[in-house]
Amino acid sequence: MLLAIGSLTAMGAALGTVLGVAARYLAVESDPLEQEILSLLPGSNCAQCGFVGCAGAAAALAAGEATVTLCPPGGKGVAEKLAKKLGVQADLSHSEDKGPMVAFINEDSCIGCLRCIKDCSTDAIVGANKQMHTVVSEVCHGCGKCFKVCPTEAIEMRPIPVTIETWHWQKPGAHAAH
Amino acid sequence: MRIFPVKGGVHLEYRKELTSEKPIVALPMPKILLVPVQQHMGAPAITMVQPGETVAKGQVLARGQGLVSAPVHAPTSGKVVDIERITAPHPSGLPQITIILEPDGADRWVELPAPINDPFAATPAEIRERVAVSGIVGLGGASFPSAVKLGLGSRGKLDILLVNGAECEPYLTCDDRVMREHSEEVVDGARIMAHALGTANIIIAIEGNKPVAQAAMQRAASQFTNVAVVTVPVQYPMGAERHLTLAVTGRETPARKLTADVGVVVHNVATARAVHHAVRFGRPLLSRVVTVSGGAIAEAKNIDVPLGTKVADLLEFCGGLKRPPHRIISGGPMMGQPLPSLEVPVVKGTSGILALLSEETNEAPSQPCIRCGSCVNVCPCGLVPVEMASFVRNEKLDDAARIGLMDCVSCGGCSYICPSHIPLVHYFNYAKGRLNALDRDRRKRELVKTMVEARGVRLEKQAQARRDAAAAAAAKNDANRANP
Repeated sequence: MLLAIGSLTAMGAALGTVLGVAARYLAVESDPLEQEILSLLPGSNCAQCGFVGCAGAAAALAAGEATVTLCPPGGKGVAEKLAKKLGVQADLSHSEDKGPMVAFINEDSCIGCLRCIKDCSTDAIVGANKQMHTVVSEVCHGCGKCFKVCPTEAIEMRPIPVTIETWHWQKPGAHAAH
Repeated sequence: MRIFPVKGGVHLEYRKELTSEKPIVALPMPKILLVPVQQHMGAPAITMVQPGETVAKGQVLARGQGLVSAPVHAPTSGKVVDIERITAPHPSGLPQITIILEPDGADRWVELPAPINDPFAATPAEIRERVAVSGIVGLGGASFPSAVKLGLGSRGKLDILLVNGAECEPYLTCDDRVMREHSEEVVDGARIMAHALGTANIIIAIEGNKPVAQAAMQRAASQFTNVAVVTVPVQYPMGAERHLTLAVTGRETPARKLTADVGVVVHNVATARAVHHAVRFGRPLLSRVVTVSGGAIAEAKNIDVPLGTKVADLLEFCGGLKRPPHRIISGGPMMGQPLPSLEVPVVKGTSGILALLSEETNEAPSQPCIRCGSCVNVCPCGLVPVEMASFVRNEKLDDAARIGLMDCVSCGGCSYICPSHIPLVHYFNYAKGRLNALDRDRRKRELVKTMVEARGVRLEKQAQARRDAAAAAAAKNDANRANP
């Protein structure tokens, strides 16, 4: 009886120590803040921010090496969210952006080279070799990668049009302080 | 019958006497009709005709698509001149797909579906189907497809069909006149709807300022033991679905739930009449009663208007404008929306066209809040408008939502009562729209993420397939070399 209790206690203590030490020395470095920031970013790894994918951008943001307005496809919405998460004041005056954009392929100029299809990170472009391509605008998030690779400048970035379904009242104009 | 008190609300100057004694007159067929394919909540209808085509009265111009939608029918016979995007009767002034119909004056009917002679022997599904193909939507103003609402009976136990004859918006008298002049049709339509819903009782609720309509409805309902007519207090917004339910049954609808969750379905009186026409005669919804009123109108009237009539033609029928209006509104003055132009059509949800003089409106420059608390007292939803507005002003939309922004019904009582003329409900409409837009953005981001992940998986599969093929080819080469 005593032997059993003693041996189990000794084993527990020894293994616990090993695990405790291992947790300290073999821990994977991962910043929880980075993960949270990553979940706010579009996730398309378009690299327009200059970092390696959205994970790179999240790391830079967490380390305070990048501004919250770094993400062009995310636009104002993402910048506001990031500013809130990081507790910084976002200077949105310069990023008064043109609103969300979608790619549009001018079908007369498209030569069917497939370059944009290969580059599209959301599979939003459909088409085949030497066939006209077109953009599925519901899935396009306006990162503009296709716009850059098109050899015939057939792609333009257009603002998403406001429809009766998406329109809403603007905020009441500036009033006296209430 | 006991009436339960409803908190808040405002007492307005009703100005219904301008049109309440004016019988419904039919509008002579205008020279041109503009029929939008979306006159309802939900998915727009799909156009079924081509420019140049001749259509008969009641023919389907566009069919509904998806679960929540409604078809659109030709209000009269004539020729489809064109189908194009023209200004919608919507405050944004944005265009929508509209079928332009030139009436031929013959008013020639299409072959209508057979009348359902004994609707009470028909199955609820048959009634719903008939209501759906007849293009009937809620005529109180929200334009929600009625067939969908009649299907709520399958969700759970419903016991009351509440027929809404409150008509609590000032100026509007279209429901009042329909109840006075067509009370039997309304009661019959309500009984058919109750049969489709499976509800045992029908309660017709009418505000106390319409005694004549009430007497007429009482007469029409007297031979049916399960139909009751009740008077509800004159208190805006008594006609709001949730508030009417609370006043008549004492049941409070939880936030973000439907009145059907407390066993009550609310339909407007004019909708009940349209159901009567669709079921008893097979007639689709082709016209509606519109109140044209306001101080700037030469002769205010209640008019039976073919859907698609231009507002300009309607005003001309009323003798035009005697003075320049300050505002032209579709709907009532409290919840109605300003019209972008007079060249927009009357649609299924247009209950009134009001041309108001500046002395009839309550507009003034906004002043600082004096913390009087009037908006808190009048809010029928038990919210704190002053606090919500200050959150919205500072773009703290999440905080505004936390204290109940999404439970606001936009009745406008707070804006009306505010002694400082702060446009409270305007702040809330903006904030609700903005929150919906943010929600759409969020859904799109999620979609983009799944697409990116799916692409990653696909690319990995392709790479693996290439590696496998290369390995197989190498193995084959080796084998060939080993025994030539």
